Amino acid sequence: MMESLWRVIFLQDYNTRVVLAGACVFGAAAGLAGTFLLLRKRSLLGDTLGHATLPGITLAFLMAGPLGFSPRSFLWLAVGATISGVAGMASVLLIRKMSHLKDDAALAIVLSVFFGAGIAMLSAIQQLPGGQAAGLERLIYGNPASMSAGDAWFVLLASTLVAGVCGCLFKEFTLLCFDESYALTAGWAVKSLDALLMGLVVLVTIVGLQTVGILLVVALLVIPPAAARFWSDDLRVLAMVAAGGGALSSVAGVVASAILPGLPTGALIVLSAFLFFAASLLAGTKRGLMVRYLIERRAARQLRREHVLRAIFECAEDGRSAVTLEELVAKRPWTEGDLRAEITSLANAGLLTMSPSGSSFQLNGRGDSEARRLVRNHRLWEIYLLNHADVAPGRVDRDADLIEHVLDRRLVDELEDILDARARERLVPGNPEKNLP
Amino acid sequence: MIWTELDTWITLTGALTAMACAVPGVFLLLNKQSMLGDAISHAVLPGLAAGFLVSGTRDTAPMLFGAVLAGLFTGVASGMISRRGRVESGASLGVVFCSLFALGLVLIRLAADHVDLDPSCVLYGSLELAVIDSAPVPRIVWQSGAVLILNVILAVLFFKELEISAFDCRFAQANGIPSEILQHGLTVATALTTVVAFESVGSILVIAMLIVPGASAMLLSRSVAGVLLWSLVVALVSAVAGHLLAISAGPSLLGLLSGQDKLGSLSSAGMMAASAGMIFFTLLGVVRFVQRLTPADRPTAH
Repeated sequence: MMESLWRVIFLQDYNTRVVLAGACVFGAAAGLAGTFLLLRKRSLLGDTLGHATLPGITLAFLMAGPLGFSPRSFLWLAVGATISGVAGMASVLLIRKMSHLKDDAALAIVLSVFFGAGIAMLSAIQQLPGGQAAGLERLIYGNPASMSAGDAWFVLLASTLVAGVCGCLFKEFTLLCFDESYALTAGWAVKSLDALLMGLVVLVTIVGLQTVGILLVVALLVIPPAAARFWSDDLRVLAMVAAGGGALSSVAGVVASAILPGLPTGALIVLSAFLFFAASLLAGTKRGLMVRYLIERRAARQLRREHVLRAIFECAEDGRSAVTLEELVAKRPWTEGDLRAEITSLANAGLLTMSPSGSSFQLNGRGDSEARRLVRNHRLWEIYLLNHADVAPGRVDRDADLIEHVLDRRLVDELEDILDARARERLVPGNPEKNLP
Repeated sequence: MIWTELDTWITLTGALTAMACAVPGVFLLLNKQSMLGDAISHAVLPGLAAGFLVSGTRDTAPMLFGAVLAGLFTGVASGMISRRGRVESGASLGVVFCSLFALGLVLIRLAADHVDLDPSCVLYGSLELAVIDSAPVPRIVWQSGAVLILNVILAVLFFKELEISAFDCRFAQANGIPSEILQHGLTVATALTTVVAFESVGSILVIAMLIVPGASAMLLSRSVAGVLLWSLVVALVSAVAGHLLAISAGPSLLGLLSGQDKLGSLSSAGMMAASAGMIFFTLLGVVRFVQRLTPADRPTAH
């Protein structure tokens, strides 16, 4: 086993080199094209296209004899696959245009009908003498090891073409993905761009037949871009991560299948891609679950701290300089435990002074100015809502509660300008709810 | 063309399975979950394989259990990835079912020494072999009939709830209809139908019959009950037409194209899916044509 690993890593076999190079560029091309599919919310189109190639492949296989082609030539089968892939895509567009059925229904219809027709023809081929169907079955489940040097060159060329077109038309495709109607009004040939993008996806699908097979070709169009989405909001970075992830998964899958002979390579490639996805879902720096958990926890803490400060300030405003825990508990639906923890942390941060006995506490200089800022924001916003946004008086406190934490300095200045002088005179305006009938 | 008793059973099984699929399919279609059938039929593979590996037999029960569990897992996991990870729903479905299918292929390969299970068999089924049975009525005819009856009963019982939550999920929830549980129930019914059908007709017929009859029926009727009835009709017709094409016209046409005269009959399941497609596309054209012919009702200006 170590020896086989050694041979794979150092590319000692010509065959390994061919297969690895082919799988690697295919993975990158699929990641790139898939990024745009993902942004257009059409990820599963790849699935439909993959399945839709089967009738073309089987028909090409059957008609190879009379037309004078070799039924074993991948290029001849790829011609059939392309024709029926394009026909499948045209059918999706036709259903979308001619009926009120949703996109997902159109995809499912074309997928199952085309694949059914393909299976019917495949069953006829399977009955032919000489086990000729084996060559076709490797296209269904994918077997990169069967790639010849010629096939690898085809994969290499086609993938480079896909990557090149994506690179050259990056701006146009971006526009298509994010604002189709703007692109249309700005005079871009939106329909041609869309058709070109779909054409690239067909090409990727054809290329993927040998690597991962009809059934799993969608995986490399969907998984790496979906994983890349956790790492960045910048489309250029996204595309690069998706392409890199696709290439890496393909290489990892091929290497794994060289070490574990007998396991299907296509499936191992997809499983590697899934590992990449799972890692990204957890650890992605932009949208990963861990990062989002930390951000949400920090925001929740900030929120709680601001609520406590405001509650203490409002108690003190009512004429009590020192506030007890019981008084605070009554102000909001929070638990005593949470409150006690927050009070301790505020005291540690130097915003509160505890009484010697620890039963009551009051804001000190720093805490007071921080609390004033918060209360001021809250009240300014309440006044604004009452006077300018016609919010029902009973709801104003809750609405202001939601927004006060995100008011920034500039917005507060603006609010001050549009509010009446009464608010400007005092550092903290009076509680507008108090003046309500 | 020679029609034997076997052909009757094949057609009957195909028709019963097709109709059994059409019922949950209509609701999948209304819920915009058309691709769920495709996803589940791929995703049950590891469940089947795990069922084999754990039980070590080809008994139906553990297999069924594993596969239904895998199907339910697909629905729940893709929903979670889509919500928690903020991934577009189609993409998260793709991630889950592709990974599960790949896992299934690997598991089957690992189990290949112990049990005889072929991924192709899951996909295409072997309707032609499954009807060969010593009993007077083959087991799979009973099986598919039972699933059809179960699905129809469930659809009739929960018709109102399913209809309301398909069209307005929030309204349904506000009125105390547990749409989320209904959703999972629909997923389980789909998974169960898929799994029972897999050994007889293969998943390709299931994927087609979940969606195509419903979609064809939507071209003909605008009420959910009407769509359900029409979808049963379309499913029945495409099963009969599919088998007829598979044993008669199909082979001769292909033989003509390929120049080989030794072509046997085609896979009935595949042809049933294909003829459902032909019915759909014909209806699409006809309905559109009729719409063009009848002038739109214009309010008369007075």
